Amino acid sequence: MNELLKKLTEASGVSSAEKEVRILIRDLIAEHVDEWHVDAMGNLIALKSGTGAVDLRVMIDAHMDEVGLMVTNVDSSGLLRFDTVGGIDDRTLLGKVVQVGPQKITGVIGARPIHLLKANQRTSVVKCESMRIDIGAKNKTSAMGKVNIGDLANFITEYEELGPTAIGKAFDNRAGCAALIEILRGEPYPFDIIAAFTVQEEVGLRGAQVAAYGIKPDAAFVLESTPAYDLPTDQDISPNVVLGKGPAVYVMDRVTIQDPRLVSHIMRTAEKNEIPFQIRQPGGGSTNTAVIQAVHGGVPAATIAVPGRHAHTPNMMINLEDYTNFVKLTEATLHSVTPQLINRSI
Amino acid sequence: MKIFKLLKTLSETPGPSGFERRIADQISQIWEPFVDKITTDRVGSVFAVKSGSGTEPRPQLLLAAHMDEIGLMVTEVVNRDAYGFLRVTNVGGVDIRHLYSQPVVVHGRRDIHGVLASLPARMLPSERRNGPFGFEDLVVDPGLPMEILQELVDIGDFISFRQPLRKLMGKNVTGKALDNRASVAAVIICLEELQDRNHEWDIVAAATAQEETRLLGAYTGAFLQEPDAAVAIDVTFAKGAGLSEQGHPELNSGPGLDIGPNVHPGMYKALKSAAEAIEMDVSVGTHTRGSGTDAFGIQVARSGVPTGLVSIPLRYMHTMVETVNTKDVERTGRLLAEFITRLDSAFLTDIVKEMMEEED
Repeated sequence: MNELLKKLTEASGVSSAEKEVRILIRDLIAEHVDEWHVDAMGNLIALKSGTGAVDLRVMIDAHMDEVGLMVTNVDSSGLLRFDTVGGIDDRTLLGKVVQVGPQKITGVIGARPIHLLKANQRTSVVKCESMRIDIGAKNKTSAMGKVNIGDLANFITEYEELGPTAIGKAFDNRAGCAALIEILRGEPYPFDIIAAFTVQEEVGLRGAQVAAYGIKPDAAFVLESTPAYDLPTDQDISPNVVLGKGPAVYVMDRVTIQDPRLVSHIMRTAEKNEIPFQIRQPGGGSTNTAVIQAVHGGVPAATIAVPGRHAHTPNMMINLEDYTNFVKLTEATLHSVTPQLINRSI
Repeated sequence: MKIFKLLKTLSETPGPSGFERRIADQISQIWEPFVDKITTDRVGSVFAVKSGSGTEPRPQLLLAAHMDEIGLMVTEVVNRDAYGFLRVTNVGGVDIRHLYSQPVVVHGRRDIHGVLASLPARMLPSERRNGPFGFEDLVVDPGLPMEILQELVDIGDFISFRQPLRKLMGKNVTGKALDNRASVAAVIICLEELQDRNHEWDIVAAATAQEETRLLGAYTGAFLQEPDAAVAIDVTFAKGAGLSEQGHPELNSGPGLDIGPNVHPGMYKALKSAAEAIEMDVSVGTHTRGSGTDAFGIQVARSGVPTGLVSIPLRYMHTMVETVNTKDVERTGRLLAEFITRLDSAFLTDIVKEMMEEED
């Protein structure tokens, strides 16, 4: 059992309420880094000094936050109104169990029973605004003793390994956090590594922007989980990656052209070290690279990602070998980064 | 017996209609210390007899609570990039709106965990983009290579939902299959209560099979046991999210007593008197055609059985977050016990006599 993935995915950390994850990660890395601090937005920034052989500052980003829900009001009946935080399809919500607020109050999202529905209601998607979280409170007063308007709620999913794969919530992006923690716990690199466990990626890449500004790196790598749509279908699905074929390298997404020099360095490193990898087909989506590459006078940045099925649902799935190769490829890539690689000479 | 622990055991044991063996074994084990004899029938229902103190031949009361739950069944094992996936269909009245991203157990050669998944709606054929994910789109993703999966799973294997029973505020609990394991628990509480109380009638407790698909266990069980009277115990729609109309009980408002075509007026009256005797609050439920419960089948067994119907208020029926109040479950058990201790040798003739009495 991968205890690191278990701990990280089971922790609560909906965008803007990342505290539990931030403290968990701090405890997991404190002994392995030279210093750490928390910035104005809640990003956890840690320095792992290098051997001094190479003069570079390399930022590695992994966002800590996950998609979830926010309590927007409490009905007189004690049921909670809510809205989604980050991209959650309304179809994902019915019949799910959540934890609400700092007291982690258990709640469920129920609906009118199927027996009492009209035919057209059975085949209609229930909108988030007409759903409620039920914490079992008998009225508004009893609910307000346990939860507050503005409380964030996350799905509850126990991490579980199913042979070659693992199921859990928030592999997007606790898998990236886990990989970054492993890197911080490993041998020093020839240059300083500045790890940024960032906040609010799911609501618009907010944390990484200020983290990158504060760090002012020479180059940056973003560790992510990228959606795998490898389900049986006759449809042409793109962009796509597949579980079991190794970590995915981003080239271009909706917003960003990843730094081509870093992209080819990652691929060459994978080939040289015989680490399986796949190129994520160019297309939609975006990662923290989008904001990191645009701070100061520009930062060369690229994204490596572990493929994850069923992203933004309570039950994501990754392949554990992909995860291992994700860590390996990131480590090997970092060990061979040189100033020449990113030197922009005419 | 601790009510949460009892409900947790009953709720979490798999038992989709037609695959009741495990829940049947579990219920038999729990019943054992409280009853004189346990038997099963050909469709998988379980019966426990607790003999009464009256003179033989003693009348017999059937307490029927179905033990099966809604579930799924494998229709196809499909391959994608060397991974195996399962296409499925429903067993009983499954609400497809709740299926996406639900954890399940596939009862193959061994139990296999998986999750119900679909491509995002925007990637589906255009005519299927706007509704809930249906069985055309959903697959069970067990995270296993095809070559392993096809050795473990066959078409026709049963699938049950996987959700631990959890506590909510105020003695409310939430989980799967509380329809109708909450009623099974109430029958157990009744049997436990009867250990210290005198009852003249013989009691046959039944955990019936395949209620969710066609009330099968009710028909076969009532035929085999030939009861003189019966009470079906099931759940009823409680007010909650999506259901606020008058006429539905609140959670924690006590058991519901049903009136309608499936219920004998004498049985309703006797249950109501029992509740009054112990000053227990009850709500009154109505049905106008079929009650959709075992009472519908039992009532017409052989030459007819006077049947009553007691229901436990439950939110979000046929989902993985069915919610009941444990006090309602305990109250239902106590009410049944009180009703049973009041049954005497004249009961059957009295309720027949009342059928011909002029109303005041």
